[in-house]
Amino acid sequence: MRLVTREALLSFRRAPLLSSLSVTTIAFSLFVVGLFGLVAINLRQALRTVEERVEVVAYLLRGTPAEALATASEDIAAFPEVQSVDYVSADQALERARTSLVEFRDIYRDLQVNPLPASLEIGLKEGFRDAEHVQAVAERLKAYQFVEDVRYGRDWIERLDRVRNVAGLVVAVIGLAFAVVAVVIIGTTIRMTVLQRAREISIMRLVGAGDWFIRGPFLLEGALKGLLGGALAILLCYLGYLLFRGQENSTFTGLVFFRPFQLVMIGFFGVLLGLGASLISVGRHLRNV
Amino acid sequence: MIQFSHVFKSYPKGGFALKDATLHVAKGEFVFLTGHSGAGKSTMLRLMYAEQRPSAGDVQVSGFSIAGLHKKEVPKLRRRLGIVFQDFRLLEDRTAEENVAFALEVTGARRDLIPGRVQRVLTQVGLAGKASARPTELSGGEQQRVAIARALVNDPAIFLADEPTGNLDERATRGVFQLLRDINAGGTCVVMATHDLDLVRQTSYRTVELREGGIVYDSGQDDGRSAEPQ
Repeated sequence: MRLVTREALLSFRRAPLLSSLSVTTIAFSLFVVGLFGLVAINLRQALRTVEERVEVVAYLLRGTPAEALATASEDIAAFPEVQSVDYVSADQALERARTSLVEFRDIYRDLQVNPLPASLEIGLKEGFRDAEHVQAVAERLKAYQFVEDVRYGRDWIERLDRVRNVAGLVVAVIGLAFAVVAVVIIGTTIRMTVLQRAREISIMRLVGAGDWFIRGPFLLEGALKGLLGGALAILLCYLGYLLFRGQENSTFTGLVFFRPFQLVMIGFFGVLLGLGASLISVGRHLRNV
Repeated sequence: MIQFSHVFKSYPKGGFALKDATLHVAKGEFVFLTGHSGAGKSTMLRLMYAEQRPSAGDVQVSGFSIAGLHKKEVPKLRRRLGIVFQDFRLLEDRTAEENVAFALEVTGARRDLIPGRVQRVLTQVGLAGKASARPTELSGGEQQRVAIARALVNDPAIFLADEPTGNLDERATRGVFQLLRDINAGGTCVVMATHDLDLVRQTSYRTVELREGGIVYDSGQDDGRSAEPQ
């Protein structure tokens, strides 16, 4: 193992230009993938903010007994899709209407009788905020006798669904394309190192080195380059993120960066790319000689 | 030690590099392979260290059958051989010492034993004083000595040399040749391909001459003339 490490490090020292070239190539490939990932997570973040506003409102019949309501609330809270159940009394509804619907303030002020019904506002858990689940919850709510009507903004939830599907598909396809391009580029740079050291490999074989002994340093070298490239890509992504975020009054103020786990995944992905590309390049070379 | 049995080696584009070659080399023998360029000398050597496989027939080397040798067995075979070439094949960015040690390291030798053995073979080839020189700082003859030291460090049973003096001046040639004789005197079987007939005539070692892929003369044969069965 010590020998493999020494040989791998030696190759960095012996071909600094080629080594830094491959690290830079890996870094830029991963940077593009990372930047795209950043766009993807921010898109998801934006969608999530919108999604949080998905809720189902059940309007209640006047004179619903409090006990029945309490039991039903508990029932509803136990639905697998439901995150929260909030009771809004008729008075609270009127109060809200007065503050939020300023144009009608006068009308509401002069009312003798409160025309607004009490309601249950039901928030849904993440993952259930799409048209299908919302509708299922709405149907179940309608089954309660004291529920007069159920509203949930069907149109815009369906539109949200479509945006989500299209965004998911676009992210997956373009992300995959970028990843494939990265693999090809990294494979090529590693192949260059292999070719550069073809003579050394032939000498190794001549003195009786086994294939795994020959592969070892290349694999470690590939993994190290991948790791370095990944780290550099993260740095570049972070700079790009700061650049967008730093713009004043821009629409980008709510931008998020990768979470630590995602950063580790990028590094891991880099290592995997470096390893895979080395394995393929060296393997092909060893088969050919 | 080495046995060629009716070995053919064809070129991918047609024609034969080696035609029906049969040869036996005994333990401790010194054999010259002579002939013009393209006569098949290097092909015979390449078959011996399994760089190439016979198209027909078989080659036995130190108990290994080259025709059916599994890829994984090749390193094991090569660790029993010492091989040197006309172009030395040293790693340019390592010192003489590191080049020799490298051959031991790849075989997984114990680390604490490596410096001693490297020192011993470098002394044997007369380069103890230049252990830390890089190949570019050495003369051709010295580089070949490093290559010989590298080939010797694993105590090979068979020593294969492909035109080892081809790039050397007369004085360096004499020195390298003497080294090979010393190696042979120590009991190691030496097979040396050369077209330097002066060298061949200097000694009474067995000489095998190749022409267009066939063995046309073998001084080790009983009739003393031709190895080709009539």
